[in-house]
Amino acid sequence: MTAVGWLQIALVLGAVLLAAWPLGNYMARIFSSERVSPVEGALFSAAGVDPRSEQTWLVYVMSMLAFNAVGFLVLYGLMRLQGSLPLNPQGFGAVAPDLAFNTAISFVTNTNWQSYGGETTMSHLVQMAGLTVQNFVSAATGIALAVAVTRAFSRSASKSIGNFWVDLTRATLYVLIPLAVVVALAYAVMGVPQTLAGRIDVTTLEGAKQAIALGPVASQEAIKQLGTNGGGFFNANAAHPFENPSAWSNALSIWSMLLIPAAMTFTFGRMIGDRRQGYALLAVMAAFVIAGTAIVYASETAGNPLLVAAGVDASAGNMEGKDIRFGQALTALYVVTTTGLSCGAVNAMHASLTPIGGLVPLFMMQLGEILPGGVGSGLYGMIVMALLAVFVAGLMVGRTPEYLGKKIEAREMKLAMLALLILPFFILGFTAAAAMLPVALASLANAGPHGLTEILYAYSSAAGNNGSAFAGLNANTPWFNTTLALAMLFGRFAYVVPVMAIAGSMVAKPKTTASAGTFPTDGLLFVSLLAAVILILGGLQYFPALALGPIVEHVLMNAGKTF
Amino acid sequence: MTKRSTPGLLDTSIAWQAAKDAVGKLAPRKLVRNPVMFTTGVVAVLVTAIFFRDFATGRDGLAFTGQIAVWLWFTVLFANFAEAVAEGRGKAQADALRRTRSDTTAKLLLHSDDTKDDPWEPRSAQDLRPDDVVLVEAGDTIPADGEVIEGIASVNESAITGESAPVIRESGGDRSAVTGGTVVLSDWLKVRVTAAPGSSFLDRMIALVEGAERQKTPNELALSILLSGLTLILLIAVVTIWPLAGYSGTTLSVTVLVALLVTLIPTTIGGLLSAIGIAGMDRLIRFNVLATSGRAVEAAGDVDTLLLDKTGTITYGNRLATAFIPVPGRSERDVAEAALLASLSDETPEGRSIVALARGSYGLTDGIEATSTNVIPFSAQTRISGVEFAGRSIRKGAVDAALAFAGQTLETTSPAFREAVQSIARTGGTPLAVVGDKQVVGVIHLKDVVKPGIKARFAALREMGIRTVMVTGDNPVTAAAIASEAGVDDYIAEATPQDKLAYIKAEQAKGRLIAMCGDGTNDAPALAQADVGVAMQTGTQAAREAGNMVDLDSDPTKLIEITEIGKQLLMTRGSLTTFSIANDVAKYFAIIPALFVTTYPELGVLNVMGLASPDSAILSAVIFNALIIIALIPLALKGIGYRPASADVLLRRNLLVYGLGGLVVPFIGIKIVDLAVSALGLA
Repeated sequence: MTAVGWLQIALVLGAVLLAAWPLGNYMARIFSSERVSPVEGALFSAAGVDPRSEQTWLVYVMSMLAFNAVGFLVLYGLMRLQGSLPLNPQGFGAVAPDLAFNTAISFVTNTNWQSYGGETTMSHLVQMAGLTVQNFVSAATGIALAVAVTRAFSRSASKSIGNFWVDLTRATLYVLIPLAVVVALAYAVMGVPQTLAGRIDVTTLEGAKQAIALGPVASQEAIKQLGTNGGGFFNANAAHPFENPSAWSNALSIWSMLLIPAAMTFTFGRMIGDRRQGYALLAVMAAFVIAGTAIVYASETAGNPLLVAAGVDASAGNMEGKDIRFGQALTALYVVTTTGLSCGAVNAMHASLTPIGGLVPLFMMQLGEILPGGVGSGLYGMIVMALLAVFVAGLMVGRTPEYLGKKIEAREMKLAMLALLILPFFILGFTAAAAMLPVALASLANAGPHGLTEILYAYSSAAGNNGSAFAGLNANTPWFNTTLALAMLFGRFAYVVPVMAIAGSMVAKPKTTASAGTFPTDGLLFVSLLAAVILILGGLQYFPALALGPIVEHVLMNAGKTF
Repeated sequence: MTKRSTPGLLDTSIAWQAAKDAVGKLAPRKLVRNPVMFTTGVVAVLVTAIFFRDFATGRDGLAFTGQIAVWLWFTVLFANFAEAVAEGRGKAQADALRRTRSDTTAKLLLHSDDTKDDPWEPRSAQDLRPDDVVLVEAGDTIPADGEVIEGIASVNESAITGESAPVIRESGGDRSAVTGGTVVLSDWLKVRVTAAPGSSFLDRMIALVEGAERQKTPNELALSILLSGLTLILLIAVVTIWPLAGYSGTTLSVTVLVALLVTLIPTTIGGLLSAIGIAGMDRLIRFNVLATSGRAVEAAGDVDTLLLDKTGTITYGNRLATAFIPVPGRSERDVAEAALLASLSDETPEGRSIVALARGSYGLTDGIEATSTNVIPFSAQTRISGVEFAGRSIRKGAVDAALAFAGQTLETTSPAFREAVQSIARTGGTPLAVVGDKQVVGVIHLKDVVKPGIKARFAALREMGIRTVMVTGDNPVTAAAIASEAGVDDYIAEATPQDKLAYIKAEQAKGRLIAMCGDGTNDAPALAQADVGVAMQTGTQAAREAGNMVDLDSDPTKLIEITEIGKQLLMTRGSLTTFSIANDVAKYFAIIPALFVTTYPELGVLNVMGLASPDSAILSAVIFNALIIIALIPLALKGIGYRPASADVLLRRNLLVYGLGGLVVPFIGIKIVDLAVSALGLA
């Protein structure tokens, strides 16, 4: 680790903070605004939506589910029919049913798990009208849900939590599109291609012919990062020089994926009328990102003793699967933010990280994709954890636990536990099943603990709606396409429904006045408590699996044992 | 305030009975109420079955499986024992109460006229119905709860309150409620029965202390949902280890997985949860307060505004003399002397306080011969009292009355006198004029004396986030003066019951929870509206039914203790939950390396405690997990240490003790058990 490396990390995180603050306030304003702009008005009247009528949690959640169901069908249809549709310069045929199913679920759930290689499977039409559209609306869905949950805490004894259609429209129109345009232009300036041409054929220095894939990369790259989608245009994702040509574009990538999730905490604080509450959540997220980055950075620069013993130059640390243009520091930050964020874009091959370096991104996903989590989903996930932390420890001040003036009672606890069961059920359940099934084990590239980590990583990524791959696992098989799709589907929607039900019951409760006897949820003490609850709860669930994967791999590596 | 006798935490007779009850509570029907312990019970059955299978087939590791099975059963039994001990403490009290209830014969009046000599016939108390009218005479036990409709009598209510001093019960007014099982000491009462047999106050009290009607309180319910959810999550984590280990080339036995599961699921808090609830109720009963439901006890912890009656709670209830102020030309001693003489015959509390102050602070003796004096006693009409002796004529009393006696008016008195009178009135006190031989001698300052220490108490409450509101019938000036002296946060002056009700509603609309106490029928609406309404045992039946607690000592100050007991209950629950969950970290470090060490000996680095062998590590974790329940029973019953402080301070302290402690203690505990286990050669 070097001081320069840490300086780079600090600069990027500082830049995020600087931009997230005004963006968060801006979002709080647009989502609280009563005013309907002409553009919105035209859209609402075309869709038959009355922007002034608010919805109960149930109607809100049903609207959201209906919208996403339609999104899924359209995307699935586009992929299945792409052979007979225009904008297909490379003449790709229909996408296989299990792959199309997996991909459609993947993009609707904001996961962007890619079982396919983009440049060799998807037409421009699918990439632009299908995948990129979902990149916008799946992110907007997340923002809308988080805003609705926030309203549940800002209102007292009410029934409605906003209007899904209005929130969705505003998130897309006023947040995602303007930001995406700006960031896409910045990418283009940095050398990321933006063209409708399919590919160029070049003659290499050796005289061989090579087809280099091109396409509307910059525009997709922008929303891929801003919406914490993570689905790359190219198979190599952000490690590909056309997606991420330089250290600058790398920094921009990290900045743009952290921007909205960080801003949401400010939006939250402002909308509930107590900014310190938002800061507390952000502090927990930041603590994990910084600690995770430190571990990855330290572990990667320390390198792999086995390679050193084999005579590899260890001065740069473990460089396997990394790009020299990004460096260890910003690669470490990228690895941790992309997994803490449920973004899933990768600029290095996570399977090539040292065991501990690989454990961190895996664990960040397993902690529930709340550090800081996906756009919107990170915030509402974090609120669920805050409810849990307040409930467990809040009794210690001698009062019925309450968060933001709302009492936490049996109903909320039931729903929170329901939501918290989803992730371990799908991650550990499917991993365990895959570990027993020969059909699944055939997909592994490595034996021993690393192979187990590959499976565990895939399901953690899918259920957490992250979408990054560990590499090494051939996931484009019917077994993995189907089970991963189910993990993504339930990881997103089976989690959201109980969370929205919590919002529905919270909004109905009267907001109690805070006093000196109220459990403080804005100080350092609460930040540490919340962090400890997240860590212990995550550890309790995944420690055995991690012990058999990366942890044992680490001790074996130090003992000089390979598979 | 009398406290009920407190049985020792582990009184032998209770402990013995509890041990027997613990076995009885193994019945699945009872166990299923507690999901965590039910899970433990199920896996205990499973491991026991495996033990017998292995025994029959002669497999290895029989001793290990057997010991795990035994300790799993102990885990369940210890939890049952904790609950049984908590219940046992209540049962002893219930039995005592039940004895007072048995076979009373009532004198049922056939028709009611004006006198007590109406004809009556004997009727068993069990056969009385509401609206029957019974006669109770000196020496009789009141057969049922009821309302006095005629007569006045002194009643010994010690069976209910533990207080032996008799209380007066009379028809009309706020002292008309009588309780079945109490004894009339003198005179007679005609009582209209208000409770059917089996639903009387005493019956409810017995049911409460016995815990027979115990239902999970809202917070307890929410907490058990959390614990069940955690159990499910950990079940997923443990069940999936088997295939993952299989992938890695380790075949794990069901026994070790069960051991891991039981140590991870929150058995500590799961086992103690109901004991904590019962003990909280019990603590309240020891304070002579009966809550009609556990919900009320929890609500008491949440209360953030206390409505306190000024009289009797904040002040002594009577105005007391605090100073003698002379007019120019007279000394304080002159005033004291004259005041003393004038008050000797005044038997009102004010008069007695003047005598006490004059004797106490000025060392005066009476100095007159009782025989040669002509005493003028205090009367409500004259509003003065005094004495005539040796030609002297001394009076003290209300300023206008005393001045009139002296033939003066306020205008004819000296400016100093007027100033003294006004300043006393301004500060909420009452001035009394002292006149001797038609001359104004001085002023006595009477005031409502705030109880010592109450201000500090309110400050402590404020630190806990609890506001105190004084309710008084005084005028706003007096109320403001006492409010500032006592350090309350707010006051309601010239309060009527309607004012109280309106105040409660307004505060609740702001999201506050209110506790209050009251005794009169006109308090009933406010008692019902308050989140915690404490009715006085001496109060009317209506008040007792409107509130959700009854204070048997009729001490309004107890509102503060009630709040503290509620808080302590919730804190105990939260602390043990945190402790229980924090414990899991160490258990993982004990068991995980032990599980996989055959396949991956390198994982031995996780064995940070240096436990002797894999079997010993697993067994030690299970034993520790069982023993910690027993070790924490006293804490669960007594409640965690508590002193008023802000939420921030409480949280910091409890997190440090129970959170950090919960992380560290099992590392040490498991190591110690492991040393014992390996020394004894158990594994």
